[in-house]
Amino acid sequence: MMTAALHIQALQKTYKNGFTALNGINLTVEQGDFFALLGPNGAGKSTTIGILSSLINKSAGEVSIFGHNLDSELEAAKSCIGLVPQEFNFNVWEPVQEVLINQAGYYGIDRATATRRAEKYLKQLGLWEKRSTMSRNLSGGMKRRLMIARALVHQPRLLILDEPTAGVDIEIRRSMWQFLKEINAQGTTIILTTHYLEEAESLCRNIAIIDQGKIIENTSMKKLLNQLNDEAFVLDLAEPIDASFSLPGHNIIVIDDITLEVHIHKEAGINKLFEALTQHGVNVLSMRNKTNRLEQLFLTRVNQNSEGK
Amino acid sequence: MTASEKYTAFQTILFKEVLRFMRIWMQTILPPVITTSLYFVIFGNLIGSQIGDMDGYQYMDYIVPGLILMAIITNSYSNVVSSFFSAKYQNHIQEMLVAPLPSYVILLGFVAGGVVRGLVVGLAVTLVSLLFSDLNIAHYGITIAIALLTAILFSLAGLINGIYANSFDDISIVPTFILTPLTYLGGIFYSISMLPEFWQSVSLANPILYMVNGFRYGILGSSDITPFASFGLIMLFIAALSFVALWLLNRGHGTRS
Repeated sequence: MMTAALHIQALQKTYKNGFTALNGINLTVEQGDFFALLGPNGAGKSTTIGILSSLINKSAGEVSIFGHNLDSELEAAKSCIGLVPQEFNFNVWEPVQEVLINQAGYYGIDRATATRRAEKYLKQLGLWEKRSTMSRNLSGGMKRRLMIARALVHQPRLLILDEPTAGVDIEIRRSMWQFLKEINAQGTTIILTTHYLEEAESLCRNIAIIDQGKIIENTSMKKLLNQLNDEAFVLDLAEPIDASFSLPGHNIIVIDDITLEVHIHKEAGINKLFEALTQHGVNVLSMRNKTNRLEQLFLTRVNQNSEGK
Repeated sequence: MTASEKYTAFQTILFKEVLRFMRIWMQTILPPVITTSLYFVIFGNLIGSQIGDMDGYQYMDYIVPGLILMAIITNSYSNVVSSFFSAKYQNHIQEMLVAPLPSYVILLGFVAGGVVRGLVVGLAVTLVSLLFSDLNIAHYGITIAIALLTAILFSLAGLINGIYANSFDDISIVPTFILTPLTYLGGIFYSISMLPEFWQSVSLANPILYMVNGFRYGILGSSDITPFASFGLIMLFIAALSFVALWLLNRGHGTRS
């Protein structure tokens, strides 16, 4: 059986002020996976990542990375990880290329090799032209890409991305997705935390949802999305309708005179709704999901957890 | 990490540290050279000519070793404290913390950076001193060894200050309220034999006195304190501060939650 890329057992973290950020979480990420670790703000995602990258000391529990225990084989475990943190944490007074070369040096990679790799990743991430620019002068999107390049310069087996596309425009975000997909296809295991659930749905094969320091969901993305029994759609209408409009057997909310919100059960299908609307002379111009499917599930799970269900 | 990889990592930190202070040489190299030149002009030339001899040496010749060592002390200290604190403040210390770097390599890298800055400034001040004094070094080995060990000691002290510091105020408290008074009272400008017996005894509790006198012995060939006492005390402090700094780094004090 192949060693897991990440194995976490009964991980706990209580900060000095008494706040318990992690309450005994268990998690396994298989090699080659593209894994989403989702959760609301303060759920424990960044604490988990901090412990994995040894920036935060754990209170209890076991962590192993590609079989290397964090307590007994720290150096070997660290060598496997590339970290893209949430906050910019490079030296803003260093030129872009130097940030990468220095990072490689900290992993014991000689300067010639580091220079070659820096060129490779800066080119792949569209930053080669900026290699001599002071890193503080980069745009937000460029800084994010610089952090990805820096995390890859020692060619880690496990890449941990803590909200890597926060504040990045959609065009760059899509190109970053493509790049990450390629890196994953080449064998790098990726753990992603993000608040863009569309991003997680598009990229990740497996998912864990963490809330209040506990894992409340841990499954494949496909299985999770299959749990969605009810989907909400917004319909834009050709002609205005009455505020009291309703269809027996259908869950419909009139948003305004030309917009309807409909909730459709997975088993029911959408055809019957359209038949009923046509029979009542309602012409639909366009239709869209009210929320992203994963977002809907995410909110349901987190709300259930908050209510103690 | 293999020994060779650790050496590469050490070189990387050292290179980065040297590049950092060389990039801003107008802030790091030039000011101490100008300040010390003023000391030479005011205390050595203008006031010194009125003082006469000190322990059998012209006053200018007498203060040169202390002023060179003072430049080494303040620059090796300030280089490490400011570099380490700004790495913490900007969070780029995390670049090293996530890497499989043993704490002692981080310690050696920062300390070596401080030593290089201390010695570069010390050399610059020495060259300036040649304009005012005929510097005839009595014991080259002792002079170089004391300069090097003092730079190591104060780089370690700067590192510990940097680890503990939480604000910019914290990195200036020790130099302002401890380091500067101890340096000025460490026999740079006078021989403790001039002091009343009580104050001579008090002065002997000042570790910087031993360093200044050890360095003065290396250059002039005589001092208030034997070079063995100087070496012994410096080595003792280096061992103690290395232990503390390494313990703090291993514990992640100020760097890990």
